[in-house]
Amino acid sequence: MTARVAVVTFPGSNDDRDALRALALLGAEPVAVWHEERRLPDVGAVVLPGGFSYGDYLRCGAIARFSPAMRAVSEYAAAGRPVLGICNGFQVLCEAGLLPGVLRRNASLEFVCADVDVRVEQTDTPFTEACAPGDVLTIPIKHGEGAWFADGEVLDSVESGGQVVLRYADGNPNGSVNDVAGVVNERRNVMGLMPHPEHAVDPQLGPTGGLPILESLIAAAGARTPALA
Amino acid sequence: MKATVLVRPKPGILDPQGEAVESSLRHLGFAVSGARVGRLVELDVDAPDADRARAELERMCEQLLTNPLIESYEISLAEVGG
Repeated sequence: MTARVAVVTFPGSNDDRDALRALALLGAEPVAVWHEERRLPDVGAVVLPGGFSYGDYLRCGAIARFSPAMRAVSEYAAAGRPVLGICNGFQVLCEAGLLPGVLRRNASLEFVCADVDVRVEQTDTPFTEACAPGDVLTIPIKHGEGAWFADGEVLDSVESGGQVVLRYADGNPNGSVNDVAGVVNERRNVMGLMPHPEHAVDPQLGPTGGLPILESLIAAAGARTPALA
Repeated sequence: MKATVLVRPKPGILDPQGEAVESSLRHLGFAVSGARVGRLVELDVDAPDADRARAELERMCEQLLTNPLIESYEISLAEVGG
């Protein structure tokens, strides 16, 4: 059966179409979900795309987490199903409390747009199963507020629990704590990352480091047990 | 009841905005240090008394107005006709 993966569009999302396209390119059936929808369609995974939901008002992701679709996404995540937040989607998941930490303004105060290398630190997640530990993936970033931050007990538990899935491998582009580029929750079914795997799937357009991440997600989505009626 | 909520980056948290502002002020010739940039939220709270307004504002801060990981807040209420 073809894996069905939802992509939620918030007002101000702008990478939703790239995510839909990348998923289709990799053989999944992408399903567009508008943020006002209160229920998710029958899908095996959910992607929260990049962009500037709600104009990034107050703090990035702070408003989007109250949208009806996010309530459904929270329930979906609580049921142990895979949820991937990319860039703004990562910010939304942190603000919603589904992921530890918060994304802050880049230390340079500048918007960064570049291909970066990230090292895969954990492969026992639905988002990195197609990777080998230590793999270095080249994936573009483009953000002004991508410096992941946590301290004290939160940081300790994230590090000791092996929740840092990706770290910047060749220079830290945004000042994130411990070079963090992507984290999962304790249960390892929710991941956020600043790099954009959906922009790195087609060799004609540049690096393809996004492939193993989206392929892992699609495999996890396809392998799910059927939803209960 | 008119209220203002002052949101600050927590002490010890790197504040690159504050640093940039401080550096610009120095370039202008001002002798400054320790600049921190926060946010001010003004609003009217519909509450029967100051205690309840304050309790509501604290909930607002915890749920939306601040991210407690990196920000602290200070609530001021303008007593009207007090």
